[in-house]
Parts: sequence; C-alpha cells; structure tokens
Amino acid sequence: MSDSIIGAAVSRIDGPDKLTGRARYAGDFQPEGMVYAYGVYSTIARGRIAGIDTTLAMRSPGVIDIFHHGRFPRLHRSPGTFAEENVVDEKRTPFEDDRIHYMGQFVALVVAETYEQARAAAYKVRVDYERDAQRAAATLAQGIEDNGVDHANDSERGDPAGAYDGAVHRVDAVYTTPVETHNPMETHATVAEWVDGRLRVFDSTQGVIFTRNTLSRVFDLDPSQVEVHADFIGSGFGGKLWVWPHCVATCAAAREVGRPVQFVLPRQQMFTTVGHRPETRQHVRLGADDDGRLLSIRHETVNSSSPVGTVVEACGGSTQGLYACDNLRISHATAVTNRGTPTAMRAPGAGVGLFALESAMDELAAELGIDPLELRRRNFTAHDQGVDKPYSSNHLLECYDRAAEAFGWSRRTPEVGSMRDGDRILGWGMAACNWEAMRNPCDARVALRADGTASIHCASQDIGTGTYTILAQIASHELGLPLESIHVALGDSTFPHGPISGGSWATATLLPAVAEASRAAIKKLKGYARNAASPLAGARGDSLVYDSGRLSDDSGRSATVAEILGAQSLANAVGEAHTGGAPDSGYSFDSFGVHFVEVAWEPEIAHLEVTRVVSAIDAGAIINAKSARNQVEGAVVMGLGSALLETTEYDERNARPVNSNYAEYLVPVNADMPDLDVILLDHPDYELNEFGARGIGEIGLTGMQAAVANAVYHATGTRVRDLPIMLDKLTDDD
Amino acid sequence: MRTFDYKRAEDAHSAVNAHSGQAAAYLAGGTTLIDLVKLDVMQPERLVDINRLAYDAIEAVPEGGLKIGAMVRNTALAEDDRVRRDYTVLSEALLQGASRQLRNRATTAGNVMQRVRCSYFRDGVSPCNKRVPGSGCSAIDGHNREVFAVLGTSEHCIAAHPSDMCVAMAAIGATVHVTGPSGDRTVDFLDFHKLPGDTPHIEHELGEDELITHVSLDAPIDGSGSTYIKLRDRSSYQFALASCAAVVVLDGDRITAARLALGGVGTKPWRAADAEAALVGQPATRETFKQAAATAMQSATPYKHNAFKIPLARKAIVRALTDAAARARGETT
Repeated sequence: MSDSIIGAAVSRIDGPDKLTGRARYAGDFQPEGMVYAYGVYSTIARGRIAGIDTTLAMRSPGVIDIFHHGRFPRLHRSPGTFAEENVVDEKRTPFEDDRIHYMGQFVALVVAETYEQARAAAYKVRVDYERDAQRAAATLAQGIEDNGVDHANDSERGDPAGAYDGAVHRVDAVYTTPVETHNPMETHATVAEWVDGRLRVFDSTQGVIFTRNTLSRVFDLDPSQVEVHADFIGSGFGGKLWVWPHCVATCAAAREVGRPVQFVLPRQQMFTTVGHRPETRQHVRLGADDDGRLLSIRHETVNSSSPVGTVVEACGGSTQGLYACDNLRISHATAVTNRGTPTAMRAPGAGVGLFALESAMDELAAELGIDPLELRRRNFTAHDQGVDKPYSSNHLLECYDRAAEAFGWSRRTPEVGSMRDGDRILGWGMAACNWEAMRNPCDARVALRADGTASIHCASQDIGTGTYTILAQIASHELGLPLESIHVALGDSTFPHGPISGGSWATATLLPAVAEASRAAIKKLKGYARNAASPLAGARGDSLVYDSGRLSDDSGRSATVAEILGAQSLANAVGEAHTGGAPDSGYSFDSFGVHFVEVAWEPEIAHLEVTRVVSAIDAGAIINAKSARNQVEGAVVMGLGSALLETTEYDERNARPVNSNYAEYLVPVNADMPDLDVILLDHPDYELNEFGARGIGEIGLTGMQAAVANAVYHATGTRVRDLPIMLDKLTDDD
Repeated sequence: MRTFDYKRAEDAHSAVNAHSGQAAAYLAGGTTLIDLVKLDVMQPERLVDINRLAYDAIEAVPEGGLKIGAMVRNTALAEDDRVRRDYTVLSEALLQGASRQLRNRATTAGNVMQRVRCSYFRDGVSPCNKRVPGSGCSAIDGHNREVFAVLGTSEHCIAAHPSDMCVAMAAIGATVHVTGPSGDRTVDFLDFHKLPGDTPHIEHELGEDELITHVSLDAPIDGSGSTYIKLRDRSSYQFALASCAAVVVLDGDRITAARLALGGVGTKPWRAADAEAALVGQPATRETFKQAAATAMQSATPYKHNAFKIPLARKAIVRALTDAAARARGETT
C-alpha cells in the first residue's frame, strides 16, 4: 500500500461497530448468572463508622449479600508503583477498617439479583457515624490551615531570587484552579467473574495490564490467573488509568457470592471515589529586562491531596523548559483535604500549570508594553534547560507564525477594551501549549493469515481516541494490505504487553511495535515460502520480495500469502516484536503549540462568549489527520470548559461535593462552541520513533485557560486568576 | 426494590380516584418525578400515569386567551403558531429551558409542578425542610450560587423555582384549572405557587389528590411587545441564574402597560408588580428601565454565593424591557 495511508484522514474503523451497538463496553458483558452490586457511600467526610445495620436491607427483595468492613474478605494492598505497573491512587483497600476519610467513600456494597433491587436495598442500609472532633478539610485552604503543607519536590537553577530582585520588570501573582471531575459519558463499570480460582474482569479501564497486575496483588494471584478486558471504553480522561475501590470490591464480592457481579458507578459518585483533578494554588514570579527577556522564573504549587493517597500535580513541569531562562525555581507541595485521591486528568500538570505561567506571561507583556506574542518569541528556546538537552524537534515559532496569521493577530490593538463588534467588546488573547512526548516499551503480535487478512494483537486499548484505526493504518502501510483486511485486537490483558492509554504516549509507543511485528510476520512468511510445499519452494531467502500481500522471487515466480500458507495448511505467519522506550539519544522530547482566542464581552447582560479559537500544534508526524484534529478540537473544548465553567463545588462545612450531576457540573454545550481552526504542523520527529509521531491527546488542552483569561483581560481589564471565569467574576454591580 | 403501584388512567375521574387514599404521584412527562424517585428523594407508593388523558390540545377561548391542556408538551407549546405570535415571551422562555429531548417529553402541568434543583434537597441526606420538614435548611449557610433565590426566601428555604415557562406565564397572567375529589376549580397562576415561609414543603395550592387539567392564558394585550431574557453561565441546558419575562405596551414612546416577571432569583415565579407600576406612564427609556430594575430588586436578600444575582437580574430586566419595547414599536429584535 502507498505511503499515503499514513497521515490520511481515515475514519475510525470501529465507527460502524459503535454506531450499530456491536461495540461492547464493560457494562454490556453479562456472564451467565450475573448479579448486580450497588454501593452505600459515606455521608460524612471524616470520622468512623459506629455501626452498620443491614437487617432491613437484607430483607429487601432479591438481596444476596451485603458487604462492609465487618463482613469482607481480607485483601492485600497493591505496592502501587509505576515500574511494576500496579498503580493505585487510593492506597487502602475497600472496607479495610471503619475509618472514613472522605464523603462518598464506600461503606457497604449490596449484591442483589437485579440492579434496582441492589439500589433499593442500598438505600435501606443504616450507617451510624461518629464524626472526628476535628473538622473535615473541605478545600485546599482548609487543608493548608488544618494539616499544613507537605513538600513534594523542587528544582532550581541559577539564582532565581537574586535575579528577580535585580529585575526591572516583575510579575508576582497567585493563580488558583478548582477541582475538576472527570465526566466521560461512560461512568466506571466492572463485571467480575471467578472461574476455577481465576479472575476474569470486564472493566472500563485505560490499562488492562495495570489493572491485571494490581488485581493480582490485591488477590494474591499470579498475573496469569487474572484476565482483564476492555474492548471499548467510553473515554476516561485519566480517571480510568488506575484501579479504584469499586473494581476491587466488585471482584471480591463476585468471589464471595460465587456468581459474576456487575457494578456500574452512579454519576453522583464520579465526584467522590474515582479521582479528580486536584485544586491548585500556584505562585508565579517572573522577572524580566526591558526587552522582555526572562531573568527569573519561580513557579511554586500546592495542590489538594487526600488522606488515602498523595498525588502531586506537577504544575511546573512545562515551566522548566518552555522559555529560555537561567534562573528558575519550581516546587510542588500538597495539603491533605478530606477528599478521595486526586488523579491524572487530561494533561495533568501542564493542564493547569500553563494557566498560571501563561497568564503571568500575559501580565508581564502588559507591564512591559510588549505584544504578548512578541514576548514569547523573544524567550523562545530550542534547548530544554530543564534537562539541559536540545529539543528533538521544536517548531513553536512556526506555530506562532501560522496561527497568528490565520487569526489575524497583527490587527490586535493592545489597549484594554479597544476592539469592538457592535455592542460587544472583543478581547484577543493567546498562550503557548506544551506537553512532554513520551514513549514506553511495548510488545505486539501481527499475523498474516491464510485468508489474505492480517491481525494485530496488543494489550493496550482504544479509549475513543482512534488507536484501533492508526494501528490498522500502520499495518496497512507495512503489509501493503487494504485497511479492511486488517483486524486490530486490543483491550485484553492476555495479549502481548502493551501500554496504558495515557500520557499521550500510546501512538509513539504502539506504532514502532506494530510495524516491527508486521515486518517480523513478513520475515516468517518468507521462511515458510521456501518450504517444499510452497509455490515458491527453493527460493533463495534474500531473493524474496514482499509487496502488497504477495511474495516474488528473482526467477519470476510469485505467490500470495494465501497461496503460500494454504499450500502448507498453515493458518498464519506470525511476527512478534518488542520495542523499547524513548531513545536515550541526547534529546528532550516535547510537543509544542499555541492557542489564539477571541472573546466577545457584552457587559450590559454580563455575557461572555468565546467566538474564535485558532490553534497550531507541533506534535510530530500526524498519523491520521482526522482523529488527530479530533483530539485537538476535543482538548480545546475541554480547555474552554476548564477556563469558563468546570468546578466541583464542596460544601465548606462538611466537604460534600454539591454539584455532583450533569446538570449542575457545567461543561460546554454545543451552543457554546466557537469557530475552531486547528493547524497541525506535521513535522516528523524521527528521534522519537521511525514514524516521527509524538502523540496528540493532551497538548491541545494546555494553555487554553490562559488564552481565554488573557482574552478576557484584553476585553474587560479584569485579570481573572481564579478559575473558572464565571460571569460573577466579571460583572459589575450596575 | 422499592416497589410502587402503577395505574394508567384513561380519564381525569379515574386518575383522581386512583390517586386518592395513598402516597401517590401523577406521572406526566416524568422528567422531574423519575429522577427524584431514582434518587430516593420522592418515594411514591403509586404512580398514576396521566399520559392518556385527553388534555393535549391548545384551544382558543372566547375571551381571547388560550387554554393549554395539562399534557401539552413543552415543544408543542413553544412551536404553536398562536403562542409564537401572541405570546412570544412564552415561546422564548420554553425554548431556553432544558434541552430539546426534555422539552419533547416535559408537559405544561409537569413544568408548573417542577421541583427545585437545590442540591441539598436532591442529595437525600442533608437537612432540608422541603424534604424533611423541620430538619433545617442546609443551603442558607451552604453552597448557594446557582439555583438559589434572592427574592421570597425565608430562613427555612432559599431554593429558586427552576421553571422558565412559569416565569413567562406569571408575566402574561394565567389561570390554573384543577379537578379533584370535590370537583373542578381554578386558581390564579400568581397564587398557585407558594412562598416557602415556614412551610417550604408546601409548594403549591393543589389540594389532596387534585390534578391540573389546563392552564389558560389571559388574552394577549393589543400592541404589546414581549420577550424572555435568560442569563446563565453556558448557552444551553442550564437553569437561569437570572431571567426576565417582559411585556410592554407603548403609546408613542410612553409606556401604557407593562408586565414583568423574574426567574432564577425567586422562590416562586416572581411577578414584579412594584416595578410594573413604576413603568406605567413613564417614557420607554433606559433610565426608566433601570429605575424599574432597581425597584424590582430592592427587597432582594443576598446569600453567600449568589449576591451577584441581584445586579444580574437588573441587567436581565433592563435588556428584556428594552427588547420588549422595541418589539412594541414594531422593530425586530
């Protein structure tokens, strides 16, 4: 097949399955005899369970059993390490003791014949609590006040304090971001089944291998005794990377009741027990000379964490190397709040970190009287000072040029409120985006089959981003077979070891493995082709040329895969590959980009609308123009939500999330959509892998909030440093 | 599971009979009821399905108004030609409510009977005088930004009435027709919803087992212009932070009649009678509108997170009056 399949705008190969309902998600699997579990969740955030009365609930129709801390098998904790691929954020196992650490913690699990029966009985479980004398810390501020700040890490170069003191132009500002809650369409779901001591799980997870490993530790099984399936995932956004209590509890309950058990998390509990993006407080100090060159950067973050596991939001990650600056300090710390553990949410770290840095850059531009884009150009660096290596491929300046041109940035007038569209005041803002490009070790298996098709197997998964499709594209490219002839199988922990779908590294990780396995399959086929029964029997090994499903030798003979395998009654020629992580080649691997945003502000009715977004992204080679654009557009929309709407509100008196539903937890709707223009640079980064792809799932979110906030400042003169930018932060009293 | 009876009624009489004598709820569109049953906040022992009742017509009445059947869906009401022409404010209010899917299902009577969106009411756990009378109000000192009122509140409840449709009806003037064990009667729309006072669990004037059969709208005012302005954080699928239904009649540039009702800020659909009185006889100027807005909100009580609603409501009022006046002049807005 021609090279054009790589980079082409290929529609998702799994689209028809999703459209017709053939695609099965975790909750769609119904093993014989399956029963249903429903949780009982704590209604206090700090204290202990004084007593649980299940008498009434046990008499409820259909109830099979009710589990709680006084009635639950002893489980084991997972070591929770990335190296062993068994990460958990919440360290304790469910029902481990009577302690309550956050609102919405599992206190009981009801198993019944139907979902409705389980839910009805769950409402009848009576739990008495004893609150701790100390209050539950509901917010980061309360957490800092009550529990202090726990230092996590820091790094420093040069003399940031001294350089700041000597700088003529300074910005010193504190930015805050709220808790955001992952709200994929598909909530978490687990179906667990035990057969002869083996555990089989259908789970909505971004990592079948991680889930398998974690469960094997929790239940003291060999990993080979645990099978985890995730054929399709209704997205995860990071919330489904690691194992959460419901999954463990469901597996344990299935073993106890001796029947398969299904658990589907209610939407309300998405806000309590399965992670969130933590609240952050970020102190940024910038010092610059008259030309706007950065002399000092300090970016110090505290984020909310949890009594049941510490998660650090690495807000300063991008700050280390995005701009040239010899004097820099980054630090991260946490404070315990009575919330479930935070976890990665799309673009963890930079996702909210660049809100602070890129807002501060805009403040610096205003203080200097320099155009914000020009300020960034002047501080461009092709060398990552954070790790003291050159970037493998950095086209940020081209991003600036092309997006600015498309947006019309040169027509911007700098004075606040100086641009108008009728009654509306226009604001133009911009911000850079950045995301580390990562790659991890990966195995894959590719089979050329006797029917002329090929299959790919890997224990990674497609969380809705298009992984199935790009793997088919790569195999199509390597094997010269049409896309329809490639069968891609993911989401099964028994397949060759594959990566979690996270960190934007799936593409850069999977492509080389699938390509190498494809070539190994061809090599295997060539071996078979020389066998006696083959139409190409006796061909010299190095004379065989593979092209588009056919081998030819130098004597003019030629045969298809089907003919070669068929003549020998072979099913397939299988190639396996193991590829490594990011090469240690002396480069720093990052993706870059920029967002330009136009807002229209109508003060008469306090109405703010984002009217245009132009984004240019340098994420290496684009493998699928359609799904790549889709990823950036989706990230931009998510960034708009983060900028303007998203916030999980906690009652400060008791740490209860109060807007835990789809109506009051606001995300953008179609009617909010601006014109989106996504420019994909498509410059291959061959230092990272042979296809030059760096991954594109997260970068589009980074910088968005700052671009919006900067546009809002340009329109209104109000510098909003506390997300989200809801209208009450802009409206006057008039 | 928590079981309940289900009776499908074929006419009003059998519906009322099926409802009487137990903890029953009438099931219309179900867009509020089913949610709250699933959340275990409402626990009816019997659902009386009234979807087959023949209350699905919008009829003109001799006095010049419209009589809207209880089961007329929000979408049908919003798209009715007479409503669009004579009650623009109502059509606009409906179309800014909920989502298309919900409007296709939600009914006129159901919308009148809509329950509040207060998170403490809906969580089934927090003290709430509406859910458990006498247990206290968690919202007053809790998180109270979006769906909480500044008008008509009491120390026992501050939940805002969530409907857009009702705000338009309050401005237009309407009558609620009910039937029940002791026959048919009517209730003035403005009297139908009750202030929370010290009995926030009593939300409306419906008696035991009574059923809404129709809502009739007062005759449209000749020469009036009307509109509904809804202000919120996102452009769709959010309850009003503040909204305003305005009907204005002009003689030259002088206001001869005005109707003003507010949403998102009141514990019931809020008719701003004082502001209306202040408008009549005045020139239709921005200054007049701002004065009326100030009058409408002068008795407002801000709470910790919703003080912004007071200036926001004033903005909604000024914009609604401005646009309604422009329409009264025959300008298109």
